[in-house]
Amino acid sequence: MNPQALRIKSINYQEESSVNHQELIEKIAFNVIQGRLEAEDEGFDAGLEGQPAVTELMQQALEQGVDPKDIVIGALTRSMEMVGEKFERNEYLIPDMLASAECVGAAMEMLAPHLMKAGIKSKGKFIIATVAGDLHDIGKNIVAIMLKGAGYEVIDLGTDVSVDRILEAVREHQAPYVGLSALLTTTMRVMGEVVQKLDEQGLRQQVKVLIGGAPTSTEFAQQIGADAYCKDAFQAIDKLKTFKS
Amino acid sequence: MIDTFRAGVLVKPYERLSPEQVKSLDQASLQILADPGVWCYNQRAAQLFKDHGAQVQEESGTTHRCWRISFPAGLIKEAVAQAPSALVLGARKPENRLWLDAEVPRVYFGTGSEANIWIETEVEEFVSVRDGQTTVRVPRYKELRGTTELLSRAASLCDKLEHLDFFIRPLNIQDPGITTSNHDVNKFFASLNNITKHVQAGLTDLSALPDVVRLAEIVAGGQPALLENPLISFIACVFKSPLQIVDDTAEKVFAIVESGLPLVISSSPQGGSSAPIQEAGMVAQINAEILAGITLTQLIKAGAPVLYGSVPVRARLDDLHDLYGCPEFNQYNIDCVQLARYYKLPCYSTAGVGDAKVPGLQALFEKLFTHLYMAMTGAQYIHYAFGLLDRTNSFCPLQAVLDNEQIGKIKHCLRQPRLDSDDLEDALQMVKKVMASNHRLFTRHTRKAVHRGEISTPYHFEAKQMEDKVIEKALNFMTQLESQAAPHLEQHQVEAIFAEIPGLLPNLKKFSGDNL
Repeated sequence: MNPQALRIKSINYQEESSVNHQELIEKIAFNVIQGRLEAEDEGFDAGLEGQPAVTELMQQALEQGVDPKDIVIGALTRSMEMVGEKFERNEYLIPDMLASAECVGAAMEMLAPHLMKAGIKSKGKFIIATVAGDLHDIGKNIVAIMLKGAGYEVIDLGTDVSVDRILEAVREHQAPYVGLSALLTTTMRVMGEVVQKLDEQGLRQQVKVLIGGAPTSTEFAQQIGADAYCKDAFQAIDKLKTFKS
Repeated sequence: MIDTFRAGVLVKPYERLSPEQVKSLDQASLQILADPGVWCYNQRAAQLFKDHGAQVQEESGTTHRCWRISFPAGLIKEAVAQAPSALVLGARKPENRLWLDAEVPRVYFGTGSEANIWIETEVEEFVSVRDGQTTVRVPRYKELRGTTELLSRAASLCDKLEHLDFFIRPLNIQDPGITTSNHDVNKFFASLNNITKHVQAGLTDLSALPDVVRLAEIVAGGQPALLENPLISFIACVFKSPLQIVDDTAEKVFAIVESGLPLVISSSPQGGSSAPIQEAGMVAQINAEILAGITLTQLIKAGAPVLYGSVPVRARLDDLHDLYGCPEFNQYNIDCVQLARYYKLPCYSTAGVGDAKVPGLQALFEKLFTHLYMAMTGAQYIHYAFGLLDRTNSFCPLQAVLDNEQIGKIKHCLRQPRLDSDDLEDALQMVKKVMASNHRLFTRHTRKAVHRGEISTPYHFEAKQMEDKVIEKALNFMTQLESQAAPHLEQHQVEAIFAEIPGLLPNLKKFSGDNL
């Protein structure tokens, strides 16, 4: 894939330097699609190792004063949509998708102070945790990477997280979303305790609770009063869109 | 050595016999060849053996003339040592040639047999008698007699099966216009005009050999080109077990060897009827038969390209039919692979046959049991591996598609490990990088290996729900493959063949581009 092949049309070019800016934005988009975080990374296509990747290009873009909003819209959002389309067409597999999402997540972290200055908000804070007694985190980590890639500000509390710690984080960050993960039938019940305590402490109305993990199900989500069961990261992103609308 | 050939899979051979056991089987075979020796029904072969030091005595009181041959061990050893340890089996496309080297355990898989029946599959929908609503789709099978059209279809499909390395005509052609005299030219032409991989078959009628060779020369581009790129080869079961050299097959061996084209000396005794069922006796006997057959080829022409063809099978004890897909089958066959390696002869071996009459779980068990085991032995040329059902009596194209998927996975499984210093260095860097990240996931680092083709894909015909869709999905895949054009020869080649070769059926006159 050639960077020139990308057509990102949703950018306003008002400055004289906009051509350079456009090139940078296209290169970032290209490298997001290639899933290249750093120069040493391989891409989806062969022969890209050694060329500047998302981290280096983002640094350059920020130094040159490229509008953070243009980066978000032109380089990150559209390219991630294209990655999603490639996944739908079976052209990309999960590793390709995750590599791209990781690039977007890293780019968003670099952009965060600039976006804050410009008054641009993320899609929302999302607290994620593997519940107490459970150390399994592969699924949780995949969801975290994908949500970052989708534009959410993810606060990852890690594994074996107590109910109180989750509540404290909701309160501290005023997060509208909480994602809970468990792999064991013995630990999944902790999810119910989280929902119950959120209710008891008057936080339930301000937060949507999403759950996932092998032993969980839609029925279980309903049983404990969670807002949604998500079988994978893609379903989590889809559910979040329905909450927003 | 040629520069372009199919990759097959290079394995680290699994060996069942110790070197001492291999030697003792060799000795046992030589003893059998000395006493009782073999019963030879072909006078020319008997004379040739006699001329080279064998004791030959005509038997009395037999219906057909027969000579008892007692081979000195030295004669067998010297002759076998003259057979080449490596040879090329050519193909219409250079990248489809096979390089068989007795000292290199590179495994190729292909079809085999000459089944009378073609099994066609359709999926039909049935409604539950319990609720009158729930439907289920079930495969239904129809048996057809083999024809040139069906053999052409088989060849064209096999050309598109990624893991199929060579094509032994799997179907007996029984069109109304097929006779003994035109059987060979039609089966070879139907095959060669529909596949770009190596084509192999037995010779039905000795007098057809010149036409078959000429046909192949036209395709290859002349006689020298054919000898350099032998895109056809032959199988001769010169022994009728136990220990009898068949008259007309021996004549075919003379003619094929003199043509310069490669030949498989194949023997297929049945443990429990035409050979001992015990491993030692079975293997000593089949090895003796193959060694005597190979000796014949080398006495006809030293250095003649020949494969050690071992197809030892076991008898069912309920009806004395062949029993494939059983432990003894694997035991006999792996012993033969080791013996072929001991003699430095490329090995034509066997896997993928079963008693199952239709595709399904039984076929899967019987085939996987032998496909995997025999691939592990490092036999160079494994036949019978695609599409056979009901032992070797039916060829089912759908089963060939299923076998292709299975063999692909086996080839992947048996690949050499990638553990050179660069691979290890990459791994160490990856571990450091991932452990320094928040998520500690290696997922994105799988990509290089995926793109290099190192990572296998899930079973092609898997179902995501609580159902089994293997047959239906394989059938859909087969339909896709069959919708692609057959790789016919060029028009001038087909015209030249039809002008020179008598007896070809007119329906086979198809050439590249005529179906556009």
